[in-house]
Amino acid sequence: MAQEQMRPNNQGEIRYLTPLSVDTRKKKYCRFKRSGIKYIDYKDPEFLKKFLNEQGKILPRRITGTSLKFQRRVAKAVKRARHLALLPYVTDLMK
Amino acid sequence: MNKYETVFILTPVLSDDQMKETVEKFKKVLTDNGGNIENEENWGLRKLAYPIENKNTGFYTLIEFEGEATIVDKLETAFRRDEKVIRFLTFRLDKYAAEYAVKRRAVRKAKQEERAAQEAAQVEAAPVVEEAPKAEEAPAAEA
Repeated sequence: MAQEQMRPNNQGEIRYLTPLSVDTRKKKYCRFKRSGIKYIDYKDPEFLKKFLNEQGKILPRRITGTSLKFQRRVAKAVKRARHLALLPYVTDLMK
Repeated sequence: MNKYETVFILTPVLSDDQMKETVEKFKKVLTDNGGNIENEENWGLRKLAYPIENKNTGFYTLIEFEGEATIVDKLETAFRRDEKVIRFLTFRLDKYAAEYAVKRRAVRKAKQEERAAQEAAQVEAAPVVEEAPKAEEAPAAEA
């Protein structure tokens, strides 16, 4: 009990010195490499929406964590889907 | 010989018969030029994500075929000449895409069989439980 009461105080002090987010940040990973997906289907707009923001723009790799190889393929799939009107080119509040 | 996939959108003003007729016409273009149709899917009337030629819906059709490279030109010329086609996309399948297409076909077939089995079960109340789990496993494999 005594230790648990001490801890919040200690953490409060540490937070001012070094940002806590550094310790808690999760390592980003490429979901395609991890789950072994080799081909990204443009026919599945619901799946592709995971890589778009609310305006329908393709999210950068630094946010999604996708590897370069699959980012290229995601971009291609999204562009094909847009051409076939499965996804919008421009929109507001897509999700 | 390469494998290709084409998706085209037909105007929603057509009747069902006219739509099927048009699809048959393009299939004939393919077979006449030495193409081999491997799969055909009719997605039906779908909503477009944005209006094309002031239309908000369209009939989607997917055809997977095999043929020489010249066949694509012929098919696309036919698409451009036909006013009923409002959008089309043709591209060559690479090895991963071809693999995926085969898997997707199997999944769709399994689903159809499952649906047919379910309908049969509803009509006859017969036990067709064995087929259902098989079909459910497959779609999760590759999103």
